[in-house]
Amino acid sequence: MTFTSASFLLFAALTVLLYFTVPRRGQWWVLLVASYVFYLFAGVEYLAFLLYATVVSYVVARLMQARADAEDAFVEANRDRLEKSERKAFRAKEKKKRFFILVGGLVAGFGMLAVLKYTGFAAGIVCAAWTGMGNEPFEIPDLLLPLGISFYTFQAMGYLIDVYRKNARAERNFFRFALFISYFPQLIQGPISRFEALSEQLFATHAWDATRVRSGLARVLWGFFKKLVVADTAMIAVKTLVTGSDTYTGAYVFLLILLYSAQIYGDFTGGIDVTIGLSEILGIRVAENFNRPFSSKSTKEYWRRWHITMGTWFTDYVFYPLSVCSPMQRFSKFSRAKLGNAIGKRLPVYVATVATWFLTGLWHGAGWNFIVWGLLNCLVILVSQELTPLYDRFHAKFPRLVASGAYGVFQMARTFLLMGLIRSLDCYRDVGKTFSLWFSMLTDWNLPQLLTGGWRTLGLTGAEWCMLGLAILLVFAVSLAGKKRPVREWLSTRPVTFTLCACGLILLILLFGAYGIGYDASQFIYNQF
Amino acid sequence: MKKKILCCIGIVLACALLLSFLQLLVVPKYASASREGNLIGEYYAETTPHDVLFVGDCEVYESFTPPTLWEEYGITSYIRGSAQQLTWHSYYLLEEMLREETPKAVVFNVLALKYGVPQSEAYNRMTLDGMRWSTSKIGALRASMREEESFLSYVFPLLRFHSRWKELSWEDFEYLFTRAKISHNGYMMQTGVHPKTSDRVGDALIDYTLPQGSMEYLERMRLLCEEKGIAFILIKAPTNNYKYYWYDEWDAQVREYAEGHQLAYYNFIPLCEEIGIDWSTDTYDGGAHLNVFGAEKLTSYFGAILAGHLGLEGHKEDAALSAIWQEKLDAYYRERNGTES
Repeated sequence: MTFTSASFLLFAALTVLLYFTVPRRGQWWVLLVASYVFYLFAGVEYLAFLLYATVVSYVVARLMQARADAEDAFVEANRDRLEKSERKAFRAKEKKKRFFILVGGLVAGFGMLAVLKYTGFAAGIVCAAWTGMGNEPFEIPDLLLPLGISFYTFQAMGYLIDVYRKNARAERNFFRFALFISYFPQLIQGPISRFEALSEQLFATHAWDATRVRSGLARVLWGFFKKLVVADTAMIAVKTLVTGSDTYTGAYVFLLILLYSAQIYGDFTGGIDVTIGLSEILGIRVAENFNRPFSSKSTKEYWRRWHITMGTWFTDYVFYPLSVCSPMQRFSKFSRAKLGNAIGKRLPVYVATVATWFLTGLWHGAGWNFIVWGLLNCLVILVSQELTPLYDRFHAKFPRLVASGAYGVFQMARTFLLMGLIRSLDCYRDVGKTFSLWFSMLTDWNLPQLLTGGWRTLGLTGAEWCMLGLAILLVFAVSLAGKKRPVREWLSTRPVTFTLCACGLILLILLFGAYGIGYDASQFIYNQF
Repeated sequence: MKKKILCCIGIVLACALLLSFLQLLVVPKYASASREGNLIGEYYAETTPHDVLFVGDCEVYESFTPPTLWEEYGITSYIRGSAQQLTWHSYYLLEEMLREETPKAVVFNVLALKYGVPQSEAYNRMTLDGMRWSTSKIGALRASMREEESFLSYVFPLLRFHSRWKELSWEDFEYLFTRAKISHNGYMMQTGVHPKTSDRVGDALIDYTLPQGSMEYLERMRLLCEEKGIAFILIKAPTNNYKYYWYDEWDAQVREYAEGHQLAYYNFIPLCEEIGIDWSTDTYDGGAHLNVFGAEKLTSYFGAILAGHLGLEGHKEDAALSAIWQEKLDAYYRERNGTES
């Protein structure tokens, strides 16, 4: 049941109706039942994995909480008897015990993800090495990959770390916790929420609020527009360019970078808009996942604006812990002593950055293209960091140029193209091929061929190209207009204008959307992660 | 506030109207291409009942000419057929027609029995979109829809045909509220001549058993006719192109079924010579289908069977009916003689 299917619309409408009909104390029960029904639609075989992640993280968190409560009670009861140093030592001992429980939970949680998502990839590498030694290849297992497993596993593991760090208290009610993990609007493509922020919303009671519902509805519709009109139309040409990548080189690769940027932006932000909009209708505020990423002036900024919750997850639960862990501290000390302060200070940070981006790439998919994608992002960030003094000197030398709007546009275009270039690894999948296609942009001067009719061979008619261009412009304009205040917020307080815009959007989606027979209605790209 | 609510309702209504208009605009008009798509809907323009109802695929709507049947025998008839009309399509169309009229005979062409499962969304559309909403249409949809099709898209064809916005032509505006009339009581005339040059037979099959799915609907058609006291006649049109080949094994099964239920079954393939069909002049596509000259010969021959063996009487003495049919005949000859585009 994809977000853009008629069955989902019916399902969501029934859930909303029931949610506001039952006594308010029972609202979260409606969401829990709806979430499991939603997941059942994906396939009954997937349910076991969701339940496993829920039960494991619930039990592990409860165990850690029990120890933490006992620790606090003991310290409180013996506050007068124990010295400060004794209390500290006791707490450190207890923390270690909780750490072992946490590690057990992380191994159990990430273990499932690793087995299901990466066994095939790892076996492929082993098989290649095995055959390289002159042996017969063996069969690579093709394991089931439950829908949204990366998202709910990360959410559950983040919760465990928060409980370990005492940033969150473990939820006592299993069913409430089950809802936190399975909340259906965000179950299959995020955002990756934090327990403290989301649980407050999920378990509070919510009354019907017409203004809020209008705002949510506008966001849902806007999400559908971005997905069906922009992403799925662009996908037709992207697919042609990828499947015919032997022919479509040079300027076509550049076109692919532009089109795939539009596709993935429409697809991912469209899906998140549906998630956030639907949650808003229910009265639940879900974390924002995007903040006009294509207006970023640097790669670092881009990653603060694109897939925000994943970025902060990796920063909080991978990068920081890795940067300050004891082995890294020792490494830092060692490198400073051996390589001097300048390099020695940076080296541990760089190691942590590389590890974080390697894992980010791996999170996106089990394939070399994703790993290379992550490492290239890392490379760009590190190189920009190293070049910062040079940029600063340039900025100081040309202050008027830097202050001009044109320079800002240049920076945005540069970041957009760089990110698009790296992102194309996601399309072509084959690392070697992608590199050769990038190179072809310098060697194959086929822009005239593309402009004089080549564009007609990409699966879209002239009218569709125009429509796609206008749709992208509309998305851009709305994004620009909403810089100070989201357009839907402005609309939600004006019922007549809202109705007019909503009707207009519905018409545009119904008429120009790439859905139904004749279109290869694609899943949301991030559902696959 | 009241004003605002009224304004919102107005906008929603205007949007609904616009949507309805867009739906009318984008649905295919079948006026110049795939004209068969208009056949099913034309039945609703009929004002008088019929003695004989034909149901089936292209082998009926291109093999029998109701105007000839009237002209020569005074028998009124209608062909409810469309391209690749499957057996369950025919059943539900028949069910729908028998709610409105009780003919003396129902004629079913058996070639479609070879299909046991839905075949093509495009052909489903050409048959089903023309039907008016009724329990019969719902039944036909449930029996016919392929996995990729959705019921909702039959209720709101805009959901299926929205992508036609980029290929709209003047024709879509011309036939916005009406449809081009393309048949003569369900007969789609073909005047071209393209002789049959090959006697190639169909490829050997692994299994010659006619599918249970289609045989079940054949039985349901028989029961429907039996319930209403209507003669149910099975026929096989004389065309036997290798692409649409009628195997002896299939013929034997249909014959056995007909004999088992005391039904008349006429396989016209071995009777071509007796009918007078000349494959060098009576087909428009190398023998796959008859043209108007072949169809007239077959209709004459079959008319004699209907009038003679089955005892159907003509209605030429009925002045009102004659006037109506004279108009149909005039239209028929205008097209046949090329005086009408």
